[in-house]
Amino acid sequence: MIRPKKAVLFALSLLLAPAAARAAEVNLYTTREPGLMRPLTERFTTQTGIQVNTVFVQGGLAERLAAEGSRSRADVAMVVDVGNLMELVDRNLTQPVESAALTAAIPAHLRDPQGRWFALSTRARAIYASRERIPEAEAAKLTYEDLADPRFKGRVCIRSGQHPYNTALFSILMIEHGEGWLRDYLTKLKGNLARRATGGDREVARDILAGICDVGLANTYYAGLMLSGRGGEEQKRWGEAVRVVLPANETAVNISGGAVTRHAPNRAEAVRFLEFLASPEAQTIYADGNFENPVRPNTPVNEIVAGFGPVTPRNVSLPEVAARRAAASRIVDEVGFDR
Amino acid sequence: MHFPRPRRAGSIRLGAALSAALVALPVLALAIAAARGSGDLWPHLIRYVLPQAVLETALLLAGVGVVVVGVGTGTAWLVSCHRFPGRRVFSSALVLPLALPTYVSAYAWLDVMHPAGPVQSGLRALLGVTDPRAIPLPEIRSLPGCIMVMGSVLFPYVYLAARAAFLTQGADLLRAGRGLGAGGMRLFLSIGLPMAWPAIAAGASLALLETLNDVGAAEFLGVRTLTVSVYVTWITRSSLEGAAQIALMILALVAALVALEGWARSRARGAHAVREGARPDRRTLSPLAGLFAALFCALPVLLGFLVPVSYLVWAAWRRVAEFGLPPDLGAWIGNSALLSGAATLLVLPAALSLAAGARGDAMPDRRAMAGPLLLRASLMGYALPGGIAAVGLIVAFGGLDDLTERFGDWAPALSGTAAALILAYFVRFLAIPAGGLDAAYARIRPQMDWSARSMGAGRGRLLWRVHLPLLLPALSAAALLVFLDAMKELPATLLLRPFNRETLATALYAEAARGTYEEGAVAALALVVVGLPVIGLLVAGGRPKERPPKRMQRSESRP
Repeated sequence: MIRPKKAVLFALSLLLAPAAARAAEVNLYTTREPGLMRPLTERFTTQTGIQVNTVFVQGGLAERLAAEGSRSRADVAMVVDVGNLMELVDRNLTQPVESAALTAAIPAHLRDPQGRWFALSTRARAIYASRERIPEAEAAKLTYEDLADPRFKGRVCIRSGQHPYNTALFSILMIEHGEGWLRDYLTKLKGNLARRATGGDREVARDILAGICDVGLANTYYAGLMLSGRGGEEQKRWGEAVRVVLPANETAVNISGGAVTRHAPNRAEAVRFLEFLASPEAQTIYADGNFENPVRPNTPVNEIVAGFGPVTPRNVSLPEVAARRAAASRIVDEVGFDR
Repeated sequence: MHFPRPRRAGSIRLGAALSAALVALPVLALAIAAARGSGDLWPHLIRYVLPQAVLETALLLAGVGVVVVGVGTGTAWLVSCHRFPGRRVFSSALVLPLALPTYVSAYAWLDVMHPAGPVQSGLRALLGVTDPRAIPLPEIRSLPGCIMVMGSVLFPYVYLAARAAFLTQGADLLRAGRGLGAGGMRLFLSIGLPMAWPAIAAGASLALLETLNDVGAAEFLGVRTLTVSVYVTWITRSSLEGAAQIALMILALVAALVALEGWARSRARGAHAVREGARPDRRTLSPLAGLFAALFCALPVLLGFLVPVSYLVWAAWRRVAEFGLPPDLGAWIGNSALLSGAATLLVLPAALSLAAGARGDAMPDRRAMAGPLLLRASLMGYALPGGIAAVGLIVAFGGLDDLTERFGDWAPALSGTAAALILAYFVRFLAIPAGGLDAAYARIRPQMDWSARSMGAGRGRLLWRVHLPLLLPALSAAALLVFLDAMKELPATLLLRPFNRETLATALYAEAARGTYEEGAVAALALVVVGLPVIGLLVAGGRPKERPPKRMQRSESRP
C-alpha cells in the first residue's frame, strides 16, 4: 500500500527537485543513450566524487538550451553527429574551453581550435555486404559509389536518407564530387533500393540475412553490438550474415562529441568531465561499451571492431560536413529518396 | 424564451479562458518562430515534398479512418446489441489495445513478421523451404502495414464511444425499429449508425489526430507523412522556423476540419436528442453468424493487442531471465504514474470549466460565442505533433521565465521542472476530457438547466449540484484516457523532464533509440501492465449497471 502522505511528499520532491541543495555536481544534457552514459558517469563519480545529473533528450536539445538561456543548469551537452554538434556552436550555446589535457588527448582535426566543441568518439559508416551472396574479393573492393552501380539493382538496403548518419555521408560525398554528382548518385542509389529507405542500421543486417537485400549502409558499432551477443543469439545471426567493409582511404567518419554550455553554472566540473571522457579509461568504455572508435590515439578499439580492419577516413573538415548537410538533405528530397 | 439572468459564476469563465490560454502558448511560440523564418523553404517543399507527403498523409488518414470506424463501430454494435459466444469477454478485450503506444506495436510487428522473425521462420520450417524469400507475406514497412498497425491500436477510441452510444441511447429506438421489422444490417444502417454518429465522429477524430501527429510508427514503417517532413525540416535541416511553418499549416487544416465537423454537428443537433434509457435488448445470433461475429471481434484484439503483447512478454522474459529486472523499474513506474496522475488531476477541472462555459454560452437565450470557441481552441494542443508542441512549450516557458525574472527572483523558474512537464501533458491532452464532457453535456436536456435556474440556482450551483453528478461517468472515462495517454506520451516527456527522471516511456525509448529495442521490452511491458487496471476501470465504468437508478441519466461516452 502506498501511504497518501508519502505519495504527497514524493510528489512534492518531484516538483521541487531543481531547488534541492547541491554538492559538487555537473549537469548533463545528452542525446547519447543512458545505456552508454551510465558506465561513464558512474566511473566519473567514483573517481572524482562529483555527482552527474543527466537528462537524455533526443530532438530539441539545442532548443531547450536556448530557451533556458542564462537560467539553464546544464553544464555539458553531448550529442551524436557533427551537424548536431555544430548547431550548438552556431547558435552560440557553447563556450570556449582551454584544457591542456583535452588538447593532448584529442587530435586537432577532431576538435575546435577555440575549444567550443570536442569529438569524443568516431563512428565509421560502413558497407554491410552479404557473406553468402557477395564474394569476399568483390566485397573488399566495394566503395560507397559502387552501391549506385546497376549491378546492385534491387539489392541495396539503407535507412532514411534524411537520417543524420546518411546526410553526413552524403555531405562528405558532395564535398568530394559536387552537388550535381550527388543528385545523380542518389537517383541511381534510390533505383537500386530493395525496400523503402527506412528503419534503423541494424535492419540492414537483418534484411541481408533475410535475403531482402545483399548490400547496405550502416555504422560499424551496430555490427559490433550484434556480433558481441549482447543483444541475444538472434541478433548475433544478423551480424554474422554480413561482412563489414570499410572503404580503403575513404571511409566516411562521423563523430559524437561534447561541449561546455555557454552558461554552465559548474564550469570547472564540466571541463573535468570532458577531460575524463577523453581519458584512456573513458575512451575504453566508448570502445568496449558501445563499439565506437576512440578519438584518443593509441586507445585500442574493441577486438570485434578491430576485426573489421582499420578505419582510414576521407580527408574532410568536420565543420564543412556539417555546413553541407542542409544541402544534402534537400537533394535527398529532390530525388524522392525516401519515397 | 427569456429568463432573468442570474449573476454569472466568473470562475468558470476564468478557468476556461486560462485553460485555453495555456493551450495557446506553444502555438503562439511556434507562430513567432514561423514568422521569424523566411519563406524560402516553400518552393522546395511544394515542388518536392508536399505532393507526396500530402498524398501519403491523406491515404494513411483515410485508411486508418476506415479501419477505426469500421472495426470500432462494427464491434461495438455486435457486443451491445447481440448475443454470441464470447461476447462478454470481447466487450472488455476490445479496449485492451489502448494500453499500447503505436510505436511499440510497430516495433513488435516488424520483429514478428520479418523474414528472419518467428512467423516466417516457423512457416519455412513447417513447409520445409530454406529460401527466406520463398514466402511472399505482405511487408509491414509499407502504407498498408502502417494502416494495420495504427488502426488496430487506435480503434478502441471509436469502439468506446460507439458502445456507450448504443448502450445508453438507443434502446427505445432500436426496439421500435425491430417492431417495424427491421433487422440486422438494416437496423444498424438506418437506426444504429445515425444515432451513434456524433459519438463515432468524436472518437474517430481523436484516433485520426493521433495518426496525423504520429512520428514514431510512421517513420519506422517508412511512411513519409507531413509530420515526418516537419521533423526532417527541424532536425535534419536545423530549421525550427520552417518546421513551425509546416506544423502551423497542418494545424490550420485541422482547425478547418474541426470547424466543418462542428458545423455539421450543429446542423444535426436536433436529430439525436434521444431520450436515454435502458440497455437495448440483445438479439441472439445464429451459430454461424455468431461464429463470424466472434471472429470479427477477435481479429482486432489479436492484431492490436495479443500479437504485440505476446511478443513483448517473450522478449521481456528473455531479458529478465538473463539480466533480471531493471533495477530502476520501480522508479520508472513511480515517475510515470505520478506525472500522469498529476496531469489528470489538473486537466479535469479545466476541461469541466471549458465544457460548462461552452454550454452556458450555447443556451438558447444567449448568442455569445466565447465558450464554444474556447472549447474548440483546447483541441490545438492535441492537433500539433507532440515533439513540435514540446518545443513550442519549451520556448514559451523560457519566455515566461524571462518575464518573471524581470520582476525579481521570487518565482522559481518553470523550465526543467516536473511542473513544466505536467503542464505539457495538460496542453497535449486537454482535448480529450473537454471533448468528452462536451459530448456528455449535449445529452443533458436544457430544460434541466432552466428548471434549476428558475429556482434561483446560480451557475456554480447548477454545475455542482445538477451537471456534475450527470457528467460523472464521462468525467471518469476521460480521466482514465488522459492518464493512459500521458503514460504513453514520449516526445514532450523526453524533452521537458527534469534531471535524473526516467519514465517507462523514456526508458523504453532510450533502448529503442540505440537500436536495441528488445532491451526496452521490459519497460514496454510494464507500461502495458500498469495500463491494464486503468483499462479495467474504463471497461467497468462504460458498462451500465443492470438497474440504473431512475433519476440518473447515463452518459458515460468517450468524447
